[in-house]
This record gives sequence, C-alpha cells and structure tokens, in this order.
Amino acid sequence: MTLWLAILAVAAGSFAVKAAGPALLGDRELPWWSVGVIALLAPALLAGLVVVEVLGRRWADLDWTVLAALAAVVGARLLKVPLLLAVLLGVLVAAGLRALTGGS
Amino acid sequence: MRVGAGLAAAGFVLAITFGATAHDQGWSPLAAIVASVLIFSGSAQFALLAALAGGGGVGPAIGAALLINGRFLPMGLAIGPSLSGGRFRRALQGQAVVDGSWVAAHLGGGRFDRWRLFGATIVQWPAWVAGTVLGVLAAPSPGLVEQLGLDVVFPAFFLVLLLDELRAEHQAHRSARGGPASARGGSRLAHGALFAAVIGGAVAAGMLWWVPAGVALVGATVGALVGLRSRVSAADAAGATDAAGAAGTTDAAGAAGGARADGTARAAAAADAAGAADAEIGEARP
Repeated sequence: MTLWLAILAVAAGSFAVKAAGPALLGDRELPWWSVGVIALLAPALLAGLVVVEVLGRRWADLDWTVLAALAAVVGARLLKVPLLLAVLLGVLVAAGLRALTGGS
Repeated sequence: MRVGAGLAAAGFVLAITFGATAHDQGWSPLAAIVASVLIFSGSAQFALLAALAGGGGVGPAIGAALLINGRFLPMGLAIGPSLSGGRFRRALQGQAVVDGSWVAAHLGGGRFDRWRLFGATIVQWPAWVAGTVLGVLAAPSPGLVEQLGLDVVFPAFFLVLLLDELRAEHQAHRSARGGPASARGGSRLAHGALFAAVIGGAVAAGMLWWVPAGVALVGATVGALVGLRSRVSAADAAGATDAAGAAGTTDAAGAAGGARADGTARAAAAADAAGAADAEIGEARP
C-alpha cells in the first residue's frame, strides 16, 4: 500500500512539474534565486545518490570492488566512451574482481 | 523518431535493470511496471527505489524522487513558447519533456521543434515499459546480481549522469567567459554545479551515520542552495540542467544513448549559456 502511494504520488508530482512550465507559468520567468537552485538540484541529488548507493546506512555497504568499478566508469567516460558501454565496463570490472578474489 | 530510437535502446537496457532490482526489493511486478508506465523517468524511479530500500519512510522517498524531477520545471519553462494550444493542451504536451527528447528538440536560441520532441518521446516510452516488464519477469537472484556486478549499474549510472552534467556546464562556462551578462549568469551556474555536487555528496555521506538513506538523500539537496549565488534565466537553467537528461534514462538512458545525443546536449547547454545562435547548434547536430 505504501509503495503504491509512493508510486502514485511521484507520478502525480512529475505530471504537475512537467505541466507547470508550459501551462501555468506561460512566458513568465521564475524568480532568479529559485531558478538557480532548481538548476543545481540535479547535480546535488546525483552526488547524493552515488554516495547513498555506494556507502549505505552507516557506510556498511562500502565495497572496494564497487569503488574500482566506478573508477573504471569515470575513466571510460572521460575517454568519451558512450554511457551504456561505460556502465557495462563498470559491471565487468566488478564481476571480474569478485571472481578473482572469491567475493567482495 | 529516428533520434528517439537510439535513446529508446539505451532506456530499454536500463529499464531491465530497474525491473530486476525492483523485483529483488520486493516490489510486485505490477508495481514496477505501473511505476514505469506512469512516472516514466529513470532518475526519479531509481531515486524512489534507492530511498525506499534505504528506509526512512515514504515521505522522504517521494520527496527525493520529485526533487530530482524538479529539473523539468525550467525545461518546461524554456519549451513552453514552442508548444501550441491553451493551457490544458500545453500541459499535456509538456508531458513529452524527457531529457533526451528535450535535447533532441532544441533548435538553438531558445526555440524547440515540438514534433521532434513528441517523436523522440513516443518511441522511448514503450521501450522503457517493455524493458521493465522483461526485468521483473527474468529477475535474477540478489546473489547472482552481485556476482555479475549488476549492483554497480545504479551508482555507475548516477555517476555518469553527474559527470556529464559537470562536463556540460564546464563547456557552458568556457563558452560564457567574456560573454554578455546573461552568459555570465550561466558561468556562475557552471561553477555552482561542482560545489553543489561536492556539498550534496558530503552532506549525504555524513547524514548516513544517523539517518536512513532516504532522508540523507533529501539532505543532499542543500548543495543546490549554492544556486542562490546565480542570476540566471529559465532557459539558461534548463540548458544547464538538461545534461542529466542528455545522458538520460528514459530521460536518463538518453545520454546513455550515445555520443550523438551527448554531443547535442553539450552543444545545447553551451549555446544556452552563451546565448549563441542557431549556427553553433547546427554544427553539433548530425
């Protein structure tokens, strides 16, 4: 029930956010301070998502094979490897290291 | 639709991972599929998944997912004048805004091709849903997921989106140097993205010691307050925020889609920040 509530709430909220720009605000601009903050929500949250995924609660999920895999992903991306291939490389690095070391 | 096909292929693969992970975390197949049908936003769905799995309650999870979709507000503002009809019709057309499509539809100079937007989105949505269906039906066990390294997909995906975001804004910053006042607003935004990411990551890491992941995720948004230093227009902000979309799953799988969407995205962001004209975008577009 809680999950369904969350799904429906996010769906409704996303609909509203997408509708607000074209329909409600028209050609008016948002206040400068709010536009700047909205623009930076994505990088702030993305960094938070990476940290939460890698560390987990009380940093209990920290795994060196994941860190190595993410380093490979960053390197690949800096070399302009397409996103999906870069992610695939990270998966292969993690799987390879775990196979070599017998686990994580 | 041709542009959308590349984005759809990447989204399909990513959606398989979403479906499989949702299944592993106890979501019913129907819930995962309905989420993809109704939300149709990879970054928001992954955020919801991560926040719910980390505990902390449904409120922070909803908040995190909606906040990450907050970027659609400036993107909608930017594309609004290119849509047609009354408010209701424009609201419906605005639903076609996902990151990859928004980038593909950008013509430069703040103008958008709405048919290109619709065409790119209309092929991504069924691919996203189909990938989710496949993911929940063929869901591998958690042990196998870890053995195959598939648990890396989420953080790797988010990390690439973040990298692309920072690179796009760095490019925008380079274009904006010495530009007009509005461009210098984009320049401040470009610097701000790095600070926002560092602060957001550090706050989330610290909070994880005391609070569940979902709450820590919402805490990461304080990094966005760096944006109070910026004086930018909605179009500048949309150009800057779209980078995550360029890398898009649904939205995000887009940039995953490859160098093509990617290059266009960066060109769009740079052009927005610098107030550049159509010619610059035209060179970058295939």
